[in-house]
Amino acid sequence: MKTSSLFQAFSAVIKRDLVLAYRHRAELINPLAFFVMVITLFPLALGAEIALLKRIAPAIIWVAALLASLMSIENLFRADYDDGSLELMVMTPHSLSILVLAKVTAHWLLSSVPLLFIAPLMGLMLHMDSDVIGVLLLTLLLGMPVLSLIGGIAVALTLGLRKGGALMAVLVLPLYVPILIFASSAVDAAMSGFPVSGHLSMMCAILFLAITLTPLPTAAALKMSLS
Amino acid sequence: MNIKKLEARELSCIRDERVLFSDLNFTLKSGQILLIEGRNGAGKTSLLRILTGFRKPESGDLFWSDERIDNTQEFYQDTAYIGHNNGLKDTLTAEENLRYAQSLAITTLSIDNAMEQVGLNGYQETLVRFMSAGQRRRLALARLLCTHKPLWILDEPFTSLDRASIKLFEQFIETHANQGGLVIMTSHHDTSIPHTLLQKIHL
Amino acid sequence: MFMRFIYKFSSPPYFYAISGKIIPWLTALFFLLLGYGLYGGLVTAPADYQQGDSFRIIYVHVPAAWMSMFIYVVMAISGGIGLVWRIKLAEIVSISSASIGASFTFLALVTGSLWGKPMWGAWWVWDARLTSELVLLFLYLGVIGLYNGIEDKRTASRAVAILALVGVVNIPIIHYSVEWWNTLHQGATVSKLDKPSMHIDMLIPLLVMALAFKVYYAIALLLRCRNELLEREPNGKWIDELLEKVK
Repeated sequence: MKTSSLFQAFSAVIKRDLVLAYRHRAELINPLAFFVMVITLFPLALGAEIALLKRIAPAIIWVAALLASLMSIENLFRADYDDGSLELMVMTPHSLSILVLAKVTAHWLLSSVPLLFIAPLMGLMLHMDSDVIGVLLLTLLLGMPVLSLIGGIAVALTLGLRKGGALMAVLVLPLYVPILIFASSAVDAAMSGFPVSGHLSMMCAILFLAITLTPLPTAAALKMSLS
Repeated sequence: MNIKKLEARELSCIRDERVLFSDLNFTLKSGQILLIEGRNGAGKTSLLRILTGFRKPESGDLFWSDERIDNTQEFYQDTAYIGHNNGLKDTLTAEENLRYAQSLAITTLSIDNAMEQVGLNGYQETLVRFMSAGQRRRLALARLLCTHKPLWILDEPFTSLDRASIKLFEQFIETHANQGGLVIMTSHHDTSIPHTLLQKIHL
Repeated sequence: MFMRFIYKFSSPPYFYAISGKIIPWLTALFFLLLGYGLYGGLVTAPADYQQGDSFRIIYVHVPAAWMSMFIYVVMAISGGIGLVWRIKLAEIVSISSASIGASFTFLALVTGSLWGKPMWGAWWVWDARLTSELVLLFLYLGVIGLYNGIEDKRTASRAVAILALVGVVNIPIIHYSVEWWNTLHQGATVSKLDKPSMHIDMLIPLLVMALAFKVYYAIALLLRCRNELLEREPNGKWIDELLEKVK
């Protein structure tokens, strides 16, 4: 008789979430559609002047990605909370922080990775240069996990509330500020032909900081929301 | 199974500025069943939340086998919980649900064996969505059977069960206690569990 | 010994009695400091050679901005103490600080934009300090919103403590990223304290005002905590005893 290893538990949580997502695969398209539509709104509101769109394209894509992430992360623990499997996840001999990390990883795979595939297309539609699109992808790759990790804290804190949605956005958006700044200025720098390695290293640092630190408050908040 | 013991000392709980209970003491040893009674709103669920470690008591301490429960992770190795919701995923099959539970705990019985014991044989490939409320409860019970958990904490285990299922449930609770397990449960119903095994707390 | 003192001080009846005695003294001290600071700042300090008299708003703006950060840290630390040792008073200090801190942040923003009009010719400029102050206000609003959203006040206090701790780790990151963003996008704007040495006659009233604001915070905090204590323990025995004495 031996307890399952931490790695087994970690992968079991990811696997379960992926299977669940597959069974609800029609819903996977929602964040993507949202992302594309928000981006479409900007040319409609600003006019289709190529120089203007080109200049603000990174900002548009990043804000859209941020909103799409915000929208999808809301459901990170919702279903588990409603059907009682969150209690099951908390009551394991394994560190809850690690299982939280598994949940966030699954969320990232399901909601952010598809964005990475569609973002270049959006970049082209906004007349971005192809090498700038490469940098944009890198920033999305490094930045979106941070959004999910930070979002997890706010979701866990507002889980027990009936109208948590708007409050959750208020909690989380100020915390998104640094990553938005670093990401969009990295792309800006690439557009003006400056080196971007400094920006990207900074984003790497934030990513690792987020991976190590954010699961702790999320786990604490999850336990609290069960009380 | 070694002898396990859950001890509560001077527990008190305040919820929404109201004292639900205070100075609650009890000791539950291997082979015993604790039944928590009380009208609605008396704090049964709050007490269970404290015993599961989700909620911190206002004051007082809990001890599991003479060690204070600070690090809940060790306590959770031995503890299983069924709440108002069964903790089952609607769009997973019965087997997938149990396999997931096993991968977070210590495996004892095989899944097929556990399902057979609760009378759900043949439902392995059925999505939980298509099961009745009673069948879901039984599946949750099968989850307790297929993982090694000395302490069962059950919140109203008999709701939405028919007479036969209640009987089955009670049998498993009794067997679990006889094998040296511990059970804590709340219930509205009168139980037919023998009084020699039973301790009662009235809130 | 120290912990025993902490526990004694944080027991509600003791705190209530002591704070009641302290508040009048603090109030007197506050008016003294405020009077001296305002007189020094508005009358005796020389006018700035570049900005004339309009710089004098510094005597409200800068202390308010300092307080906004300071109070957030106090809120996070006391929240953390409440979370770990479950001291009720620490929870109450934490949540009572939130709206005071938010008010100071708001004050700093308003005075900043009032100051911006003569300096930059616009009510709002995306200056680094103002922008991070704005983000700080959002953080405060989040804390207040979360506290009001959760019904059980003990749970709410713990939630707020977690959020405040997350915020306090983030504040430096936000602050530096905004500063960095600002230098990238705007070039250096006039920063407010960049003159290497402030005239001593200008500096002393500023420090006195900062002290006055701290004392004001202490007074407001004690009053709010007393209120919150009464609200949270409506059935407390010590409150009945207090009422007896009043009669």
